[in-house]
Amino acid sequence: MDKPVTPARSSGIPLPSLSGGFLASLRRDLLIAARHKAELTNPLVFFLIAVTLIPLGVSPEKSTLVLLAPGIVWVMALLATLLSLDGLFRSDFEDGSLEQMLISPQSLYFTVMAKILVHWLVSGLPVTLMAPLLGLMLHLPTEGFIPLLCSLALGTASMSLIGAVGAALTVSLRKGGLLLSLIVMPLYIPVLIFGASAVQTAILGGAIGMQLAVLGAFMALAVVLAPIATLGALKISSDG
Amino acid sequence: MAWQWFHRLGSPRWFYEKTTPWLPWLAVISAALIITGIVWGLAFAPADYKQGNSYRIIYIHVPAAFLALAGYYIMAISGAVGLIWKMKLPYMVMKSAAPIGAILTFISLVTGSIWGKPTWGTWWEWDARITSMLILFFLYLGMIALQQAFQHRDTADKASAVLALVGMVNIPIIYKSVDWWNTLHQPATIKFTSKSSIDPSMLYPLLVMVIGFYVFYALVLLLNTRIEVLRRENRTQWVNDLVANPK
Repeated sequence: MDKPVTPARSSGIPLPSLSGGFLASLRRDLLIAARHKAELTNPLVFFLIAVTLIPLGVSPEKSTLVLLAPGIVWVMALLATLLSLDGLFRSDFEDGSLEQMLISPQSLYFTVMAKILVHWLVSGLPVTLMAPLLGLMLHLPTEGFIPLLCSLALGTASMSLIGAVGAALTVSLRKGGLLLSLIVMPLYIPVLIFGASAVQTAILGGAIGMQLAVLGAFMALAVVLAPIATLGALKISSDG
Repeated sequence: MAWQWFHRLGSPRWFYEKTTPWLPWLAVISAALIITGIVWGLAFAPADYKQGNSYRIIYIHVPAAFLALAGYYIMAISGAVGLIWKMKLPYMVMKSAAPIGAILTFISLVTGSIWGKPTWGTWWEWDARITSMLILFFLYLGMIALQQAFQHRDTADKASAVLALVGMVNIPIIYKSVDWWNTLHQPATIKFTSKSSIDPSMLYPLLVMVIGFYVFYALVLLLNTRIEVLRRENRTQWVNDLVANPK
């Protein structure tokens, strides 16, 4: 009498709860990521090499690099995230598990959210943690390290979310990688502007509450809206 | 009865036949307004006390910029209508609006650059409004690129509609950017609720040009959409009849 009634399918097996579905999806994607550990290092190595290109191509002078450092680290972090986006849905699309996900009775919002969370954990977060090291190589002043970490943490999360929409739109295209960069980069520009501005303002001694608040607002907006857009785009890509 | 016109819009043929008599009117009205505006603005409006005659490019720069922003909304709303009501025609309008908007954004950037050289001393500056108009240009280019990429027409339409809606977030940022960041580009001078800060003798030709550009945009959008209708419906009887006996 007092047993809670769970909604059941006609087969009698109860549907998983929302959190159950989310955690199952999370576990699956983390397991897949753990089985391809070599791929975890790809964004980091790209980040490192790309940052190295600037002193070699522009100027190794400390005076120049000090001015450019916040922007270089932020731009290269953006590019590293961008390049890792192509694989977000592609392997699932190619073996058909994406379609299975879309027709499952699970709340797809949380399934997509789990995928994006795992993507951020394996690309955005490592890039954020590695950024101070690269800042050191570019003579970033010490006042910039904590703002760099904070702004990149918020920024890479927003970028994973916004980029997921682009990834979902281009997943069915064979050569979708470049097109993905083209359509996602204009949407990244506001995040980049505020993120780099946070680090630069902190180096000059100013308060960065405003920039972090705006970055947080971008992330809040993206957390709510991006999975919905991603979902619509995934359905379009799977049908077409 | 009231919604019949809306559901008729689901028929590209009805749209094509209905808009055929509009075209000469739109052409005449837009030509009249634009010629009036240009002659008034170039010849009769007074010279600016600071900029002299070089400010007159405003009569092309401002209408082009207005239309670039409005055109994005038209594109995004058509995409939304197509997604919600699953109609063919809105997608055709959306596809036609993308290159028109891109060209208008390009015109506003180029005319702004030409205006900036004598007045600010520089061809280009990374200030808030210029940068966000450049981002708008990228969004338009992304729309055009995405449309070409898909093999199935339906997938291309729906994906582009989603992209247009996602990019719509940028438009309020562009519009308000001059208020939020006091960098180089001047803040809004045409206000709806209070007295505009631009002199009426310069404002009126500008308004004439803006309205003329809107009518011209409608004309070009209709022309492009009609071509798209013919292209997509090229296997139907009415299109083949039309091609065989052009009226």
